[in-house]
Order: sequence, then C-alpha cells, then structure tokens
Amino acid sequence: MSERIETDVVIVGAGPVGLFAVFELGLLDIKAHLVDILPKIGGQCAELYPEKPIYDIPGFPVITGQGLIDNLLRQIEPFKPTFHLGEMVEGLESLGDAEHPRFRITTDAGKVFECKAVIVAAGGGSFQPKKPPIERIDAYENTGVFYAVRKMEAFRDKRILIVGGGDSALDWTLNLQPLAKHLTLLHRRDAFRAAPDSVNKMRALVAAGAMDFELGQVVGLKGPAPTLEAAVVRRDDGSTFEVPCEVLLPFFGLTMKLGPIAEWGLNLHENLIPVDTEKFETSTPGIFAIGDINWYPGKLKLILSGFHEAALAAQKAHRYVYPEKKLLFQYTTSSTSLQKKLGVVPDTRKQPEAV
Amino acid sequence: MGVIHVIDRDGERHTLEALEGWRVMEIIRDWNLPLSGACGGACECGTCHVFVSEPWLDKLHPATEEEEGRLDMLPLTRKNSRLACQILYEPELDGLEVTLAPVSG
Repeated sequence: MSERIETDVVIVGAGPVGLFAVFELGLLDIKAHLVDILPKIGGQCAELYPEKPIYDIPGFPVITGQGLIDNLLRQIEPFKPTFHLGEMVEGLESLGDAEHPRFRITTDAGKVFECKAVIVAAGGGSFQPKKPPIERIDAYENTGVFYAVRKMEAFRDKRILIVGGGDSALDWTLNLQPLAKHLTLLHRRDAFRAAPDSVNKMRALVAAGAMDFELGQVVGLKGPAPTLEAAVVRRDDGSTFEVPCEVLLPFFGLTMKLGPIAEWGLNLHENLIPVDTEKFETSTPGIFAIGDINWYPGKLKLILSGFHEAALAAQKAHRYVYPEKKLLFQYTTSSTSLQKKLGVVPDTRKQPEAV
Repeated sequence: MGVIHVIDRDGERHTLEALEGWRVMEIIRDWNLPLSGACGGACECGTCHVFVSEPWLDKLHPATEEEEGRLDMLPLTRKNSRLACQILYEPELDGLEVTLAPVSG
C-alpha cells in the first residue's frame, strides 16, 4: 500500500534553507518534493521562534521567524512544491552510479520517492519528543510510556500520569480525564504556560475530586517491564512518593536529533555532514547537504549561508537531472525565461514536454 | 578575575576562571566541559540546565518567567534548577558552584 512518487529532487527538511532550495531548483526547471517531520512548514523558525526577530537576513533589517517563512512560501509559490509533512525520511538507497545517481527514499508513513538528487536541509536534525533521562524508561516505551497520544481509546480505564505544564500536558489532561480510570497531572511548579481556560478547567476538575494535581518530577519507574505499575516522584524538598499508573505521558516538548540520516554513510563530522564548498555535495555524488546540518572549514550556521549553499547545490543538481542540457547562468532581473518561470511575464511558449 | 566551580556529570569538580559579563553557559563551554547550549543563549533549548549549589541560589537574580517556562520543558528539574545562559557572571558570584544536570535523550 506504499505510495510511489517519481520526482527530480527530494529535499529533506522544510525550514528556510530547504524552502529556498525549491526556488533555486525551480529556476533551473527542477521539480522538488519536501519532507519534514514537523506537521508544519518552517523548521526551527516556525517551531522554536516564530515571533522572535531575526536581524541578519540580507535586505530585511528585522523580520520574525514566521515572517521569513511566509515570505519564502510566497517566493517559491510559482514552483508549486509538494510538501509531505509529519513524515520522517527513514531509508535512503542508492540505485544509480556516480555519473547518473538515482535514489530511492522511504518515509515512516510508507511513501517511496525515486529521484535523481537529494538535498539534506535538515538543520539540527529532526524534532522528536524529549525523553526524560529516567533509568529503564526505554523498557516501558510504547507499553507504559508514550510521548504522543495516537489513539485515546488505548488509554480507557487506565491510571494515567501526565507530566508537564504546557498546552500538550493540559490539553491531554482534559481530553483523557473523562475516560481514564484515574488521572494525575504532575508539574514542577504550580504555574502553567498553557491556555488559561485549560488551566481553569483542570483546576475545577481537581477541586471536584475528579483528578489529582501534584508537584514534582518523575525520577523512577516501577513494575516488571514492559508493564508499568507506578512512577516515583521527587518533590522539591527531595522527598519522594509513588503514583500508581499504567500509563505515563511525559510532555516536555521537542528536541532535535539527527535520526536516520546518521545511517546514510555520509562520513559524519561530529553529527554534521561534511560537504565541499563548490557544490555542497556530500561524499555520495547526488546527495547534497545545505544549511545548519552541513560542515566545511569556516562554516557559519547562518540562514544566509544556507541560501548561498542552496544556489550552488542547485547548479550541480541540474547536471544530474538534465545530463544532456547545458546550463546557462541567468539573472532574474534580465532573463525573460526566468521571469516566465516566476510568472511575472506571460508565458507564450509551448509547455516543455515531460522529460 | 574570579572563578566558578562546576561539577560535571561524573561528579568531578572543575574550577574555572570567570570573566565578568560572560554568561555562565559561555564560561562552561569555553572550558570545554560538556554543556551544549544549542540555541546560543536565547533561552530556547534548555540544554544548559544546571543545579546551583544552595548558598548561591539566593545571590542570583531570580529566574524570569521566560526562563521558568523553559525550565518547565525539562524533565529532571529541582528547586535549584537554572539555565546557565541566563546567569551573567559578576564579581559577586566569585566562587559560584553549579552542577551539570543530566541530558535529556
């Protein structure tokens, strides 16, 4: 039941640099699909600091993370990229040879891409739920410890312990409380960074005796793994108590991990992908790495560096996608052909035939 | 020039020279102790989580709501948890002792 997609280039990561790569590829008539593990477009800019001002984007004295992403989306609109969000690229298989590379890429959602080049623009890696460093927690994962709620029904009539003080913790507290056998919310302090309405509803449930709220942090897990029976909680004064539970849901937000990219044989340098500085290609011909995830002498982790890297990687990718075509360097200010692609002058040409 | 003391995750205590105006996170990183500080001190990532030794806790500027919010996203906080990027070293902190917190997976 896997879906098979044929395209020119797969871009791993839909952050600012991945988005701009769509633009640079598009000017060269190269079609791209983007895959990102987050459910939304924009990478760190949208996930970590949507409202924070950025001051070092050329031409923008100040712009917010989300503002930059919105602008990039407008800029790449003419190229109609396809986004595959909430999916992680897992497998990468090399099919061709160094002169004519071809790749098969699979995602954890079962999609299969076949493409002529891959651009890794994965920033700090993939965003994944933060795992509490509690001893033996691995032994309970997916049986007693869950970092996301996929099916609420799975938690019916269970004793549930939810940890955290943000919107995820509060929302799931309110959603799961009616079907849980018993629910406890645990947080380090009696203050929340969540919608005030959710906090009020939670407090009303506690006042009505329908659930518990406790202060502290989980420091240990009990029960014959993989069966969870209780969590050991430490209070601020160092004393501990146990909360009986079959389900623990820790909501501590997301952290960035390199993930499956580490297995792609790209000769990593301290969790970064080494590239050359002429075309930002990795040790595998046809696989490029741009933006924060790459490494070369003098590398600066700036968004503007990633934009530059995208332009040069696209030039080389053209060779793989159109081996017979000579690439003419053109400016968007003067080239009618580029302007047609951007949709700023009417396209009177016949549509090029499919390659 | 003053010093700060840092107890690493193996329990070893290091004494580091500290420059006024530097963030404690930067001092610890500058001495190559394993503290990530992934976001560069923007109070965004929580990877510079430290425990401040008791006598020093009251000598620090209290955590802002932004820092408290970031600490909310860490699994093993304690009463003396702080983010080292939010502590600016000043001469009054000569002798400050902090312990590197466990890293979240």
